Amino acid sequence: MEHINWTALIVFIVLFGFITWLGFAAAHWRRGDLDQLHEWGLGGRRFGTLITWFLVGGDLYTAYTFIAVPALAFGAGAIAFFAVPYTIIIYPILFIVFPRLWFVCRKHGYVTAADFVRGRFGNRWLALAVTITGIVATMPYIALQLVGLQVVIGAMGVTGEGLAGDIPLIIAFLILAAFTYSSGLRAPAAIAVVKDTLIYITAFAAVIIIPIQLGGWGKVFAAVPKEKLLLVPPGANTTGAYGVYATLALGSALALLLYPHSMTGILSASSGRAVRRNAALLPAYSFVLGLLALLGFFALAAGVDKLPEFADGFKQFKANFAVPALMLHSFPAWFAGVTFAAIGIGALVPAAIMSIAAANLFTRNIYREFLHANATDKQEAQMAKWVSLIVKLGALIFIVFVPLQYAIQLQLLGGIWIIQTLPSVLIGLYTRWFNPWALLIGWAVGTATGTYMAASVNFAAAYPLAIGGWTFPGYTALYTLILNLVIAIVLTPVMNALGATHHDKTAAADYYA
Amino acid sequence: MDGNRERAWSPWYLLLLIQFIPSLWVPFYNSVEPSVAGIPFFYWFQMALVLVSAVVTAVVYFATEAGRNG
Repeated sequence: MEHINWTALIVFIVLFGFITWLGFAAAHWRRGDLDQLHEWGLGGRRFGTLITWFLVGGDLYTAYTFIAVPALAFGAGAIAFFAVPYTIIIYPILFIVFPRLWFVCRKHGYVTAADFVRGRFGNRWLALAVTITGIVATMPYIALQLVGLQVVIGAMGVTGEGLAGDIPLIIAFLILAAFTYSSGLRAPAAIAVVKDTLIYITAFAAVIIIPIQLGGWGKVFAAVPKEKLLLVPPGANTTGAYGVYATLALGSALALLLYPHSMTGILSASSGRAVRRNAALLPAYSFVLGLLALLGFFALAAGVDKLPEFADGFKQFKANFAVPALMLHSFPAWFAGVTFAAIGIGALVPAAIMSIAAANLFTRNIYREFLHANATDKQEAQMAKWVSLIVKLGALIFIVFVPLQYAIQLQLLGGIWIIQTLPSVLIGLYTRWFNPWALLIGWAVGTATGTYMAASVNFAAAYPLAIGGWTFPGYTALYTLILNLVIAIVLTPVMNALGATHHDKTAAADYYA
Repeated sequence: MDGNRERAWSPWYLLLLIQFIPSLWVPFYNSVEPSVAGIPFFYWFQMALVLVSAVVTAVVYFATEAGRNG
């Protein structure tokens, strides 16, 4: 504990204290009856364009993203930039598809994607599959948010042996748990405004000041090893790194919008118009993400991994320490404290939304569907509050006791799992042609095959698919989604012939204003 | 169903979907030159694409907004 950076730590604690107050005060913001699930878990669907922008931006661009993407650029180079096309192609999908989801969910009081699937296809088991996938995919994602927090706490010199070293993390999480319990989605919505302001300040300060310190952009890119500056062009009979880059971008975009926390953020908007406006406004975050990815190259150019004062940090956190080290190296201690607060608070916003989303899923689609069909609104909201605590506790235990590598692998699997709900949820918004049992079988095969494929390549994101002498290395999630879709299409007429019919509670007019 | 089809699709949406092509056609932008102010094409092109996509989405928003009420 002898190397504590007091200036940075005090700035960090002051900002953290402010958002703690804000988190609790948010309960009184746009006051609603927090004993109702849609008030606690969706902020009463009352957020306009601007708050939705902060909330969804703070939700999708997580602290882990802001640490891991530059770390990937630092370690692996150009491939990290797939985050840019990835976050470009999210928005056409958001613009075209999600207002339909928003309308049908408001009309029928749906709070989760599984609620919609239950209503659309009238099959509780398909809805259960969507529910379990959502919860299981979200858990490691919450755990990874803690990694962002852990890295910046370590960077300020707050370290310790064993469990004592995790005490700051535990305190931060208790605060998070308490204000989420009491304020619901209003807390991350209010805090997101502060968090994103800090992130924008950090990103623009970094890309203006650091290249000047390093002697210009030309010098920055000159410091990147040649083989990392661009993607390696593919050899004969393979799509090589090009295919990996494009499938990662497309598959990640499709998966991201299916995550429960994305749904929660989008459904809390006050109108379909607010969702569409945000499709045009949210790319501001993509731009910042691209700038932050370049911080990985700044770290290379500054050579922070070779400086003795950062040796311990790199030893403990590997490439994830690149950005914090760069901040300490390039900025005065007080501003480094601001950037660390941006990342630390940046962990709390998505972690809060994710735990609320998982709680909504459990409460609506397991508790009310299978365990307590006659639950009152108040019992339902109370159950969700408790589940949000349990989910966060699980994430905390995971990150304290389980090696980080497992959380990263599980998060990768989470992407493969969540994309399997696309036929039921996103295609389901356009057609009820599919038979729910065919969708369920497609989901099961996609999930099992994807898990097997990922394990067979030791949890790398790309799988080298071999077809007729060609190799197509690409994102496993996208490949298994295609398999899932083919199965659902082929089995639909079969299942219909077997007499497995279904009842659709939604009407065509429910999908638009 | 017909009303639904009308609302589900607008020709303007093609403009949104076209963005998938430059975003995902990697061989087109995997090069250093033409670089701008020391920034390789690979990096500035994709960043520029973010700005273009935002503008295109805004155009489509205003073009399709007339006649909607929510």
